[in-house]
Amino acid sequence: MKNQNLYNYILGIADNSLILGQRMGELTGHGPSLETDIACTNISLDLFGQVRSYYQYAAKIAGDKRTEDDIAMLRKEREYVNVLLVEQPNTDFAYTIARQFLFDVYHFMFLTELQKSRDVTLSAIATKSIKEVSYHQRFSSDWIKRLGDGTEKSKSKIQNAIDSLWTYTDELFHQVEADKVMVGENIGVDVTQLKDNYYQRVNAILTEAMLEVPESKWFQKGGKEGVHTEHLGYLLSDLQYMQRAYPNMDW
Amino acid sequence: MTTKKNWPLWEVFVRSKNGLEHRHFGSLHAADEEMALENARDVYTRRNEGVSIWVVESKHITASNPENYGELFEPAQDKVYRHPTFYDLPDEVKHM
Repeated sequence: MKNQNLYNYILGIADNSLILGQRMGELTGHGPSLETDIACTNISLDLFGQVRSYYQYAAKIAGDKRTEDDIAMLRKEREYVNVLLVEQPNTDFAYTIARQFLFDVYHFMFLTELQKSRDVTLSAIATKSIKEVSYHQRFSSDWIKRLGDGTEKSKSKIQNAIDSLWTYTDELFHQVEADKVMVGENIGVDVTQLKDNYYQRVNAILTEAMLEVPESKWFQKGGKEGVHTEHLGYLLSDLQYMQRAYPNMDW
Repeated sequence: MTTKKNWPLWEVFVRSKNGLEHRHFGSLHAADEEMALENARDVYTRRNEGVSIWVVESKHITASNPENYGELFEPAQDKVYRHPTFYDLPDEVKHM
C-alpha cells in the first residue's frame, strides 16, 4: 500500500465510531424509556454514517479489492485500533451516558481540528460529522447533569460510572506511529494539544453536575495498538456474526 | 415503568418546512421542557421531517368534550356554502 500511515490513521479515527456505534446500537429496544432508546439509536446511526465515509476513503487508499464492509466486518480483534473507552459495555444507563460523554467531549474537539486537515476528504467528513457530534455532546452532557443533580441513587450511579471509566480517558491523547506521521504532514490532529482543554471541559461539566472529578492518575491504554480489554471480542462476535456465518452475504 | 409514572406527557408540534404551520405530530414523556425538545427531535424528526419544533405539556391543552359533539359540530354539517368551493383559486395560492 502506498500510504499505509494514512490508511492506519483513518482506521484510528473510524474504529472509535464503529465500536461506539455498535455499543449504542445494542440498546435498540432496550433503552430505559422509548425516548432515550430512540436517542441512543440515533447516535448509533450517526456514528455508523461517519464510519462509512471513513472506511470508503480507507478502501480507496488501500487500492486493492477490499471494500468498506471488509474493513468493518472482517478484521480480527487485534486489528481494530479503537480506544479502550468506546468498547466498554453498557453496564447500566449511567455507564452508557458516562462513556458517551467522555468520548463526545473529545470527539467534538478532535473534529473541530480535523476540519483544518490538509487532506480535503478528511476535512469534509469532519465538517459533516461535527454537527452530529455537537448534538451527541449536548445529549450526553445534559444527562450527566440530570443524573448527577438528580436523586441520591442516580448521583451515586453516575459517579461510579465516571470513576470506573476515568482510567480510559488518557488514551484519547496517546499517539501511535501513524498519528505522529500524519501530524507531521499536516493531515492529522495533534491530540496531545487537546488534552488540557479536554480535562478542563469535562471537569467543568462534572462540577456543574455536582459530581466529584476523579483523582486517579493511573490510566489504561492499548486499544490504539490493538491490545483490547476482554469486552471487544464479544462485541465483534455480534458485529461480525452475519458476515462470518454467511460469507459475502448481501441485502 | 417508573419514568412513565414520573415524567409528564408532552405534545409535539413540528413545522415540516418553512412557510407551513406547525402540526401536531404526537406525544412523548420527558422530565422538563428541555428534555421534551430533545426527545421530540429524536423521536419525530429523525427522518428529516422538520425545521422547527414546539413542545407543550399536555396538561396545558384544553380539549373539547366528546359529549358535546352534537351541539359543537353537527350544525356545520349541512352548510355547504361555508366551504370556499364556489370560486377558482389562483395557482399561486398553495396549501389552502
